[in-house]
Amino acid sequence: MPITKNDISTMIMSAFPDATLELKDIAGDNNHYSAKIVSKTFNGKSKVEQHKMVYRALKGKMGNELHALALTTEEE
Amino acid sequence: MSEINKKIKEIIDSNEVVLFMKGTPDAPQCGFSMAVSNILKHLNVKFEGVDVLKNNEIRQAIKDYTDWPTIPQLYIKGEFVGGCDIVKEMFEKGELKNLLKNKSLLS
Repeated sequence: MPITKNDISTMIMSAFPDATLELKDIAGDNNHYSAKIVSKTFNGKSKVEQHKMVYRALKGKMGNELHALALTTEEE
Repeated sequence: MSEINKKIKEIIDSNEVVLFMKGTPDAPQCGFSMAVSNILKHLNVKFEGVDVLKNNEIRQAIKDYTDWPTIPQLYIKGEFVGGCDIVKEMFEKGELKNLLKNKSLLS
């Protein structure tokens, strides 16, 4: 089942309340998204750890309902 | 450690550069796997491609092994480097080349 842009945005913003989020439905199919997330909570962490934090925020949906999310994370 | 995790560890330990991917380096079955495979080819680094579509047990187990939900996954000298987004970003910034040089995998 596809996942809406709103769902993703809600999950990310509740996990990273300070974040600046740029979320795009890149194929217009509720299935391929790109997200750029800038947050202080990433500070000092490796990219792998930063991306894991985002995947955790998506509560197991990544790789399942959510097929593709091109992810960029940045420290603030 | 379960049998499948032992097998994964053995693959990662016995190959300096391993890419768990969908399809093979010559015939990738997914755009993300192709992107990473092409980056490694472009850098001219020797790598082992493990096709998870040929082994469903590894396909699931590799995600749990590293706590990473997606394929492809790149390992260099036993260490998880990242998935497609991280590898692409590292490549664009020249960091991947530096990492491979530091590990004496590129001259």
